[in-house]
Amino acid sequence: MDKDGLIINLEEISFGYPDRPPVLDKLNLQFCRGDRMGLMGPNGSGKTTLFHIIMGLIKHSSGRIEIFGRHVKEEKDFRSVRQRIGLLFQDADDQLFSPTVLEDVAFGPLNLGKSQDEAKAIARKTLASLGLAGFEDRITYKLSGGEKRLVSLATVLAMEPEVLLLDEPSTGLDETTEKSIIDILRGLDLSYILVSHNIDFLVETTHHVGYMANGKVSVDPESIPHTHVHTHKHGKYVHEHGRKTPNDKA
Amino acid sequence: MIGNEVATGDSLIHSLDPRVKIVAVCLFSIVVAVSHRFVVLMSAMGLGLSIILLAGVPMRQLVRRLIPVNTFILLLWIFLPFSFEGEPLFSLGPLVGVREGVLYAARISIKSNAIVVVLIALVASTSILTLGHAMHELKAPKKIVHLFFFTCRYVDVIHREYVRLANAVKVRGFRPGTNMHTYKTLAYLVGMLLVRSSDRAQRVNNAMLCRGFRGNLYSLSTFSLKAADVASLILMLALMLALGVLEWTKMA
Repeated sequence: MDKDGLIINLEEISFGYPDRPPVLDKLNLQFCRGDRMGLMGPNGSGKTTLFHIIMGLIKHSSGRIEIFGRHVKEEKDFRSVRQRIGLLFQDADDQLFSPTVLEDVAFGPLNLGKSQDEAKAIARKTLASLGLAGFEDRITYKLSGGEKRLVSLATVLAMEPEVLLLDEPSTGLDETTEKSIIDILRGLDLSYILVSHNIDFLVETTHHVGYMANGKVSVDPESIPHTHVHTHKHGKYVHEHGRKTPNDKA
Repeated sequence: MIGNEVATGDSLIHSLDPRVKIVAVCLFSIVVAVSHRFVVLMSAMGLGLSIILLAGVPMRQLVRRLIPVNTFILLLWIFLPFSFEGEPLFSLGPLVGVREGVLYAARISIKSNAIVVVLIALVASTSILTLGHAMHELKAPKKIVHLFFFTCRYVDVIHREYVRLANAVKVRGFRPGTNMHTYKTLAYLVGMLLVRSSDRAQRVNNAMLCRGFRGNLYSLSTFSLKAADVASLILMLALMLALGVLEWTKMA
């Protein structure tokens, strides 16, 4: 079982489309309980694919996935995974499909076998905890972009997952909404992997950052996101300080 | 959103239980569809008009919604009077209009208008979402209710995608004309819309799977029958019965 706190263990995962370089190439990733990991990488580097493989939405071509200490392979294995790992999609319009907010948030709990009243109560509590009290009867497609993102997060949290996979939760949001997402994430008692291109956002929300390229994730435990204002030509990317190379002058 | 006028208002029709309304409209449609006598059809039309007046539907909206049905009926008036055999009524050159044909066309016109008027009263006085829930409560097949909900939810998203695509061709100077380039562009546009909708369907399905979807949608709304609902239902049943008797007595 997951006695060392190891909850997601990917070994040599490969995935690709015919006649194109592989999206994931023998990727290894270990993710432990309590961890908050950021994930950066260029567009098309397979970050979303990685999330979908963990959730069993697409099938990897080779490799081994162990989640919560169990080897998962078939659709039925992934069903129990989906109860314990929540995925926040990039596009909130994909996530919110029910007519009203309350119904959408209650959808997950109902699928988990809760009664109508329990599901409603959970939905109300989750919405309130995200500062969305009073949104229950709003029509999902009439929400603003920021509201949609927050409600999407509520739909995932209502399932009471142990781990979150967040696919660019801050993209396209104004500063206020981004700030409230940061506050929410910091206040959660959950482990998560968070994809973002925004280093400032990662600094606020994660313990360390992995970088995805060439179908692999490189996790350097010493690459801790931090912020201090200065300028140099590598400022745009995740980078390390304090290790001198012959080219460095300072 | 396309075609979703807000169902606001506080008439008796608005406040009725949506299940009662659906049952009443279905009954009405069936009775009207199988009736032949003009007395019955005209009474039904009268009943339909009183319902829609009671619901307070604005005249303009009513007329606008009746136009499509009647355009189709106009076509029937062009063909039906000439495609029957019987007592000649009038002639247009070599064509002879026949009494039976005219009566047949008149019946269809009254029937369809009566049914559509009542349907308009239903849609204009009930929000689309409530309708879906009421269908669910009435034990309509699950797939139809799902289809209904997803159409409501995504027609707007797909419309926005269409507008985005249409703007994308506009800003690059596209002006539709009668030429191959136009047809090709429009075909690309429609094709792209289909592909995007199908991709979106896939993503929505994924999102639902992630939240434990196993083929069941649950409704959170509950309806309760009030005295006014029961009374209206009984009144409607009685009226339908009366129309039925009126129709049936012609045989005797």
